[in-house]
Amino acid sequence: MITQYVFYFLSFLAIMFGLMVVLSKNPIHSVLYLVLTFFAIAGHYVLLNAQFLAAVHIIVYAGAIMVLFLFVIMLLNLNKETEPHKNVWLKLSAAVASGLLLVVLVGSLKNAEMIAATNTFDPNVGLIENLGKTLFKEFLLPFEVASLLLLGAMVGAVLLGKKSIK
Amino acid sequence: MIKLVWLVPLLPLIGFMIIGFFGKKLSKGLVGTIASGAVLGAFAVSLGIFFELGGQTEKSVTIDLFSWITAGKLSIPFSFLVDPLSSLFLLIITGIGFLIHLYSIGYMHDDEGFSRFFAYLNLFVFFMLLLVLGSNYLIMFVGWEGVGLCSYLLIGFWFKNTAYNNAAKKAFIMNRIGDLGFLLGIILIFVTFGSISYNEVFEQAKHFIGDNSVITAIALLLFIGAMGKSAQLPLYTWLPDAMAGPTPVSALIHAATMVTAGIYMVSRSNILYTLSPFAMEVVAVVGVCTALFAATIGLAQNDIKKVLAYSTVSQLGYMFLALGVGAYTGAVFHVMTHAFFKALLFLGAGSVIHAMSGEQDIRKMGGLKKYIPITHLTFLLGTLAIVGFPGFSGFFSKDEILAHAWEHNKLLWFLGVLGAAMTTFYMFRLYFLTFKGSFRGTHDQEHHLHESPKSMTIPLIVLAVLSVVGGLIGIPEVLGGHHYLEAYLKPVFEDSSLRLVHHLSHETEYILMGVAISVMALAMYFAYNKYVKNKTLPANEGETLNPIHNLVYKKYLIDELYENVIMKPINFIGEALHKVVDNQIVDGIVNGFGSMVTGVSGVIRKAQSGNIGFYVFVMVISIVLILFTQLF
Amino acid sequence: MSAIQIIPINWYILLSAVLFTIGVLGVLFRRNAIIIFMSVELMLNAVNLLLVAFSTYLSDSAGQVFVFFIMAVAAAEVAVGLAILMSVYRNTKSTDIYMLNKLKG
Repeated sequence: MITQYVFYFLSFLAIMFGLMVVLSKNPIHSVLYLVLTFFAIAGHYVLLNAQFLAAVHIIVYAGAIMVLFLFVIMLLNLNKETEPHKNVWLKLSAAVASGLLLVVLVGSLKNAEMIAATNTFDPNVGLIENLGKTLFKEFLLPFEVASLLLLGAMVGAVLLGKKSIK
Repeated sequence: MIKLVWLVPLLPLIGFMIIGFFGKKLSKGLVGTIASGAVLGAFAVSLGIFFELGGQTEKSVTIDLFSWITAGKLSIPFSFLVDPLSSLFLLIITGIGFLIHLYSIGYMHDDEGFSRFFAYLNLFVFFMLLLVLGSNYLIMFVGWEGVGLCSYLLIGFWFKNTAYNNAAKKAFIMNRIGDLGFLLGIILIFVTFGSISYNEVFEQAKHFIGDNSVITAIALLLFIGAMGKSAQLPLYTWLPDAMAGPTPVSALIHAATMVTAGIYMVSRSNILYTLSPFAMEVVAVVGVCTALFAATIGLAQNDIKKVLAYSTVSQLGYMFLALGVGAYTGAVFHVMTHAFFKALLFLGAGSVIHAMSGEQDIRKMGGLKKYIPITHLTFLLGTLAIVGFPGFSGFFSKDEILAHAWEHNKLLWFLGVLGAAMTTFYMFRLYFLTFKGSFRGTHDQEHHLHESPKSMTIPLIVLAVLSVVGGLIGIPEVLGGHHYLEAYLKPVFEDSSLRLVHHLSHETEYILMGVAISVMALAMYFAYNKYVKNKTLPANEGETLNPIHNLVYKKYLIDELYENVIMKPINFIGEALHKVVDNQIVDGIVNGFGSMVTGVSGVIRKAQSGNIGFYVFVMVISIVLILFTQLF
Repeated sequence: MSAIQIIPINWYILLSAVLFTIGVLGVLFRRNAIIIFMSVELMLNAVNLLLVAFSTYLSDSAGQVFVFFIMAVAAAEVAVGLAILMSVYRNTKSTDIYMLNKLKG
């Protein structure tokens, strides 16, 4: 029973913090709320027996990516509420559009047929051992390609970040 | 040597490439040497092949070079077929071709397109060799088309002259008409026999049972191709116009290459024709009609090259007559002797024109005998050969054809003899007007008269010797000789000759020969009487002629007829289609699409506001719509 | 004892859909490019969550491996994206996407 309550609680947190990300005026607050959202999602991972992924998630997202965001915001000095207001109609149309999207997504769920879990439940799927085997057996080539992608991104970021490209 | 057969077409091709690419940088002497040397090399190899083939028992050798086209059940190797027929043609093409190359060095010496000329000549020889050597109809077709292309290039060699260009185009288009027939024939062969290789097709044709209307259709379609290439009625008009090219080209087209392609193709496919008596009848009738028709035109022409051109058409008619009556050997024999004397006559005419500083009208010549003795003598020998003077090469080949024609149908023989008489008359008319009597040209021309250089006279002498003795390889049995050529070609025509039985008593043959000789002598006498004794001259331009003479002089107005009946309506239709269908309808549709796109895009362009937020918004709405339509 | 055995998979789908929609809302709602960026991260995480949920549901580790890849791509994307933002800011002195309308047709 406790699991269920934890699930509800974490879901509530994730949705609430997510909304706060979008709605808060100060970019710094947005970043911090996003970090909290990520923690909530990491909690979900733990619930789903994906402990390793939860740890990686915290390290990469909350630890690296969000720090990068924070760093940029502070570097650009955007921590004031500098954002000019959008037109009310635009805001309204944005809300309506995303609401429609949610309705459609949820509505599509109603007709969806759920596939039953075929094989018996295996609690060890999310463990490092299993993940490592899958990653280095079936997905070895994508793994290597991903390293190239990261390298390329790094080079690109350095080049773009230089003061002026002559 | 047979294994080296690929060298034969390769050498002229290499020559073409070297001269074609670097001709401008090479000296004239080098260009001439390369071009002639390439053909001479090919001739040497051909000679080796000829004798090796004569000495061995295996008479038909296929040399596979590489796999050319493979698609589904169609598999066409690029291979050469060496047999007596092709090896004989190789000799004619490369031998005569070499002499013409040699002659051209002198003749074209002052022309600015010297290297271009030799490049084309080599290419011409290459394609002709390909045509003859191919072991299937497709390679023959490639050569066939290539020869057509080269004839276009060479006839229009002096491309700055519009009339010459038109002559080149005429040759090209006339040939295209024939080529279509040839192509359809090849396709029909493939559909019928499932192969286009000679060996397989002929092997199947031999055992062909049942309705031979398909064979007749194939034979007739192929013959349409031959009509175009070998200038038979009604597709002959390009050949006289082909005189627009330099004289060596005329010699090459008329003697060694191009026009003999049709004869080669029909004699190569002899089994198909033998199986279809109707097709043979058509070939014979078209042949004899062409022979007569062209001969009558030849009677009234005043241009030295035009006379020779019509005589070529006429002689080709004889060759087709021979093919049509089943005298395949006779046809090939006549191709060979004709190659000798017609090359000789053309080159001789070229020498005359050279001496006359470009003058081609025989009314302005006369009495050239003493100025250009070598040309005169060789030209006389050529004339004697073409009219069939006893002992000369033309006599034997023409006699063989006429004998077979008699056997087949007396009327064909009669018409053939009539044509021969006319040939004799116009050839001697040409000879007498050119070389006898007194000089009728301008004083300047008389002053310039000179014998041609050695590179031009040597080929003349060689060809003259060949014209005289060339007939000796085909002395008929009745004159106590051995028909070496017939024996040599026997394997090629074996299957046909089994079906066509020849029997003619010796007495009949003697009588036929006697008739032919006396008719020839009579015609010679008439020509002598008219042009030497009475010194008659052909009417000048503008003089009124009697209606028949005028009609013949104007070449029966065939060109005008074609122009009015075929070209004008087609031009009219083309013009109408251009103005109405193309300009109005097609252009209207195309331009309509264009302006529609311009108009619509002018409106839609405004949606591209550059506002990213708006783009994202539209994207989300679109996703919603797509999901909505897909899921509900 | 895993949550997936107690909580129906539909709940996870619903949760992901909601988080995803919040991301979309952020993209549509805000003008600040950095916030839009963070909203995109939110959408990616919604998908990640769903992948993990299904991975556990079907006991197939491939889904979780995909999450790794998405994380790698996201990291690369953030690095390049923020670098671009930096240079945009350097040129326009703003991170307002409404200033970036040079692509007008």
